[in-house]
Amino acid sequence: MLIKIPKKSHLNDFDVTDESIYHQRRSLLKKMGFLGAGALLNSAISANAQAGFFSDDDAIFQTKPLDYSKDSHNQDLLKTPEQKVISHNNFYEFGAKKHQPAELSQGFKVDPWQLKISGECEHPITLDYDDLTKLFPLEERIYRLRCVEAWSMVIPWIGFPLASLLKKVAPNSNAKYVAFETLYDLKQMPGQASRRLGGGIQYPYVEGLRIDEAMNPLTLMSVGLYGKTLPPQNGAPIRLVVPWKYGFKSIKSIVGIKLLKHQPSTTWKKLAPKEYGFYANVNPEHDHPRWSQASERRITSGGLFARNRIATLPFNGYGEEVADLYQGMDLSKNY
Amino acid sequence: MKSSSKVFFLKVIIHLGALLPLLNLYFLAFADDLGADPVEAVIHFTGIGALNLLLITLCVTPLAKIFKQGYLLQTRRVLGLYAYTYALFHLLNFIAFEVQFDGALFISEVVKRPYITVGMLAFILLTALAVTSVNKLKRKMGKSWQRLHNVNYLIIVLVTIHFYWSVKSELTSPLIYFALVIALLLFRRKKIKGLIWSMFR
Repeated sequence: MLIKIPKKSHLNDFDVTDESIYHQRRSLLKKMGFLGAGALLNSAISANAQAGFFSDDDAIFQTKPLDYSKDSHNQDLLKTPEQKVISHNNFYEFGAKKHQPAELSQGFKVDPWQLKISGECEHPITLDYDDLTKLFPLEERIYRLRCVEAWSMVIPWIGFPLASLLKKVAPNSNAKYVAFETLYDLKQMPGQASRRLGGGIQYPYVEGLRIDEAMNPLTLMSVGLYGKTLPPQNGAPIRLVVPWKYGFKSIKSIVGIKLLKHQPSTTWKKLAPKEYGFYANVNPEHDHPRWSQASERRITSGGLFARNRIATLPFNGYGEEVADLYQGMDLSKNY
Repeated sequence: MKSSSKVFFLKVIIHLGALLPLLNLYFLAFADDLGADPVEAVIHFTGIGALNLLLITLCVTPLAKIFKQGYLLQTRRVLGLYAYTYALFHLLNFIAFEVQFDGALFISEVVKRPYITVGMLAFILLTALAVTSVNKLKRKMGKSWQRLHNVNYLIIVLVTIHFYWSVKSELTSPLIYFALVIALLLFRRKKIKGLIWSMFR
């Protein structure tokens, strides 16, 4: 047996300052500088405005180009510019303000990654980082994304149908629901470590679908957007996209998918069950208790004067593909 | 330095400190350089700005008393008027950029959403204070002027509730504001007690 006696000066892995911590330190310094200048009027000025001053001192997460087949149907949709898609995010694990995920996630490590699919199925598997982009042919899907906060975007995702993945593990007859879980990592995700930064929601973030919703061809496991792998603020290395539901259903940075007999308890529903339901289908008839869901502001290009308020469509305009999943259900009760 | 020149310098600082961020904000917003959603950004900035300025206005009297600097009181009106200016921009942003001049939607939001109802009520009360801040009116109103302007204590509470109700889950910031408001009101506890008693007489 080999016994190693380490020298005192020897540094272990855990002695090295984590890259993400290093970046946090940087962004913290940045913020303090800004606080000094704008403390009188609590600066809500965006990441973009700040980045101009500091753009050279932050290492940006590197995304890689992907091979995929183009979306043949939706090329005429007016897309949200890439810069906006990657700088306006609700990903409370990296801060509850829209500009924070892009700032606080750039040191996030996605390789190695493990995505475990288990529960009520015949062939549970664990995918590693390379599997995510290589196991299934990738396709582009240009989808509308409707946030429960009443703004929306149009995003060219790249990914594969969740159904392909589920068929591979062969759900058994007990599998009625699918639960998803985001990575829980206090070191890498500052929002999980701080209540104030992370908006006071419970971690790890959990979402769920009914099995027939999960098997619907629209339901996408996304690994990229705008032709490249996902940046961390958008849910790298793999996330869910369910375009007929409010954005919070489309869980990010997934490490676990579990097939279940019973409906899982999901994060936002746990926090405020009167405001956020399990289904969370986009429904202009059913208002959020605190604001109307009848219309939305579509974020494209253009500044303050962009006339972008449009009517919200039932199932976010995907009714033809999904309305029959909810036949006979009272959608005002099952919101 | 004479206290009149101290007041002059303070006022210059207040004018610059209130106007420059506002100009900068709209410049960035019109240039589409204010993040992905400039509408949300201008609404939040002016809203929080109004709340901060209201709090600063309420700090003036305690500071003047504690440090025996009576001249500070002369900055209250300009601070209060800037708080009103920010509140006005906050409301105009909501009408012009959020509901985008959809009158029916605006009215239904004010009526149906308690946090907007409370915010609107605070704005109407603040308008009454802003309008009556003119010296001529102040003299004309005599004692009732002070009675009307005591409404400020109600306004700051309404505005903080409006903020608290508007957030999705991050409660720390509104709770910090509640603590500040309570501290400022406690400083005036005798006066406020008197006001509450006089309501029931």
